[in-house]
Amino acid sequence: MTSLTPETTQRPEVAAGTDFAIELRKINKRFGPVHANKDIDLEVKRGTVHGIVGENGAGKSTLMSILYGFYHADSGEIVVGGQPVIINNSSDALHLGIGMVHQHFMLVDNFTVIENVILGAEDSALLRPSVDKARRELTRLAEEYGLNVPPDALVEDLSVGQQQRVEILKALYRGADILILDEPTGVLTPAEADHLFKVLETLRNEGKTIILITHKLREIMAITDRVSVMRQGEMVKTLETSETSPEQLAELMVGRRVLLRVHKEPANPGDVKLEVKDLVVADDQGTERVKGVSFTVRAGEILGIAGVAGNGQSELLETIAGMRPANGGTITLNGEEVTAADEDYAAFLRRKGLAHVPEDRLRMGLVTNFYEWENAILGYHDEPRYGSGLMLEIKAAKAEAKRHIEKFDIRPANTDLKTANFSGGNQQKIVLAREMERDPDVLIVGQPTRGVDIGAIEFIHNQIIKMRDAGKAIVLVSVELDEIRSLSDRIVVLFDGQIVGEADPETADEGELGLLMAGVNNKKAAVQ
Amino acid sequence: MDAILSDLISLLITTIRVSTPLILACLAGLYSERAGIIDIGLEGKLLGAAFGAATVAYLTGSAWIGLIAGVGVSLAFSGIHGLASINFRGNQVISGVALNFLAAGLTTFLGATWFARGGNTPALSGDARFGAIHFPFARELSGVPVIGPLYSGLLSGHTILTYIAFLAVPLTAWVLWRTRFGLRLRSVGENPKALDTAGMSVMWLRYKALMITGTLVGVGGAYLSTAQAASFSNNMAAGRGFIALAALIFAKWRPFQAMFACLLFGLLEALQYRLQGQDLPFIGRVPTQAMQALPYVLTILLLAGFVGRAIPPKGLGQPYVKER
Repeated sequence: MTSLTPETTQRPEVAAGTDFAIELRKINKRFGPVHANKDIDLEVKRGTVHGIVGENGAGKSTLMSILYGFYHADSGEIVVGGQPVIINNSSDALHLGIGMVHQHFMLVDNFTVIENVILGAEDSALLRPSVDKARRELTRLAEEYGLNVPPDALVEDLSVGQQQRVEILKALYRGADILILDEPTGVLTPAEADHLFKVLETLRNEGKTIILITHKLREIMAITDRVSVMRQGEMVKTLETSETSPEQLAELMVGRRVLLRVHKEPANPGDVKLEVKDLVVADDQGTERVKGVSFTVRAGEILGIAGVAGNGQSELLETIAGMRPANGGTITLNGEEVTAADEDYAAFLRRKGLAHVPEDRLRMGLVTNFYEWENAILGYHDEPRYGSGLMLEIKAAKAEAKRHIEKFDIRPANTDLKTANFSGGNQQKIVLAREMERDPDVLIVGQPTRGVDIGAIEFIHNQIIKMRDAGKAIVLVSVELDEIRSLSDRIVVLFDGQIVGEADPETADEGELGLLMAGVNNKKAAVQ
Repeated sequence: MDAILSDLISLLITTIRVSTPLILACLAGLYSERAGIIDIGLEGKLLGAAFGAATVAYLTGSAWIGLIAGVGVSLAFSGIHGLASINFRGNQVISGVALNFLAAGLTTFLGATWFARGGNTPALSGDARFGAIHFPFARELSGVPVIGPLYSGLLSGHTILTYIAFLAVPLTAWVLWRTRFGLRLRSVGENPKALDTAGMSVMWLRYKALMITGTLVGVGGAYLSTAQAASFSNNMAAGRGFIALAALIFAKWRPFQAMFACLLFGLLEALQYRLQGQDLPFIGRVPTQAMQALPYVLTILLLAGFVGRAIPPKGLGQPYVKER
């Protein structure tokens, strides 16, 4: 096994005159019939933060995986520091000074920070010298870049932001000069994201090159020097960030004009449709995750529940939808108490006029192995219109599915295709169509645009606004603060299972919301 | 007083003898499962190694060559398990169960064909068996009260394989917590992606773990037929591979705890030899079969949750696939 110590890296000497840390030339990669990267050219200038944007499936991650040695390009050339190189595996990439911070952290949860940092980069067969060296090195990196993490803490005890710092430290410990970050802010609070950006700026000022993959245009505008846009496997354009705008980038990504801001009329709230009072919910391990939450939602309004993932949103949603029993408190739907006492209230609630778009469409919203038409009626398949007794009225079901496809522009327009073959955005549309077309009184929506392309996001947002204008009461849970702010008529912030504040989306200050989400609540407001 | 002490010592001696194969199999399982591979096939490897060792020891007259053969059989089984579960990403439990069937069938079939003794191998004697190792002054000290029986009986007088088994325990702990290999081994059972993205080969590391597993359990199998007994007999592993797995879970995949768990099972087995046909106070005569069932009953009790929550390595049982 090759040793990976920084001392033994055979990094190519920087060729005189080259300004580029990385040059990719005519990179091609196919996965079966899918042409994930088509003749990609990319030049990343040394000492810059270079953003790469594009919709899901645009080929960003594939391109970076080729650079990090996870995949081998079918054709094309990679030039690092002016020298053509061949990268066969992650080990080669690390030798060339390329480090990667993955979207899903590659950490061992029950290892300490130090153990995670040295894993694969140990100097000797015995651990002790490596541990001592890593400890000194971590102290140095913490001082230099503001990357503070307790070296002997177990990773599972760290916050997500700290875990991400461990990932960055891993790359720096291996002597990375070029750092690739894949969607780094998806899991961070606004404050943690700000801290990350400060770290990245420091790194750049020290001469490191940073490649940032993201779909958040605001981040591109805030931190990158240059930005490259990818669409459907092709490199569309590379621009100086200072010479572009979010609107232009969005248009390049999607290939048509996109409205980034949702347009909606003022809400016109009617009667109270859903009332949650002092709700207490425990998770599967018996830990209380929702600790006395109360709110009301009226017909014709959208209540947004903001918060960092893991602060009780999932349990709250599941209980309102009847999938998880409440441990205390009441839920009133259309004036009737419907608090879930056990786990099979979901069907009962659906008959009472509640529809639910679950947070995790793959785990709870769809059976990906089923045909599209089967998923289009899933959960409502017992209704008389889809047949009686033992037999399923397949024609009626397919007709309904066809109607959804047309109304929600689901592509490909094929009811007989396995749901797994649809893109994330189209899968989400299948779920949304199923739940919205039932004409419910109350709609519960969790993470409606997670993993959904920017073009489909616009469509989904408009559908939710349409539901509101049709007089439905809507509860929206999302970890995307922008989404909450642009859709909601009222915002409550959930932290550690409690509502720590309420805000008006028109006047709410993002910094203030961020503080609330991080649990720093100096303005604890009671909820009406 | 002396009678009780000597009874106790002889019980402990038996405990150590019957615990030896359990400890070897349990540590073997530890390496495999720490690397993320379930090894239901420990039982089959014990059986195959016991047969291989007894057969070759009989043919060559050397226990050592028998041991090498036993380890060879066990390594071959590990290789098949690796091929099925690492290369072809098959279900590890099914592969293990298949190996158990293969071992049970092959040993009986080959034994019956080659030796025509109903599946047993001929009795081994002399150098074809591992003999006891006597410590210096063991005989001279045996008369000294307390120290004598402890030194001459309990510590001295076992075969080399028993000493290997007990030395393997601290060695395993040291490897696991103090070496680079141990760190990587633990990481590959918890989150193989972490190792892969660090530029290491998950596949090669898992094979290394399986090789250690095969070697250790092979020694355990050879112990059964060439040290504890003097021939291979049909189904002589008698569920020890499964008991070792239970002990591993009981020990939460930690080496010293694994040793104590195996000693506990060994003690029960020793007790049942001792108590067979004897009257127990207040209970009277207990049927032999009930006594023999003791270790298995304990296995069920332990696995039914009397040990608290045992959290296995997170990647256990999952074939590693590089994601798209």
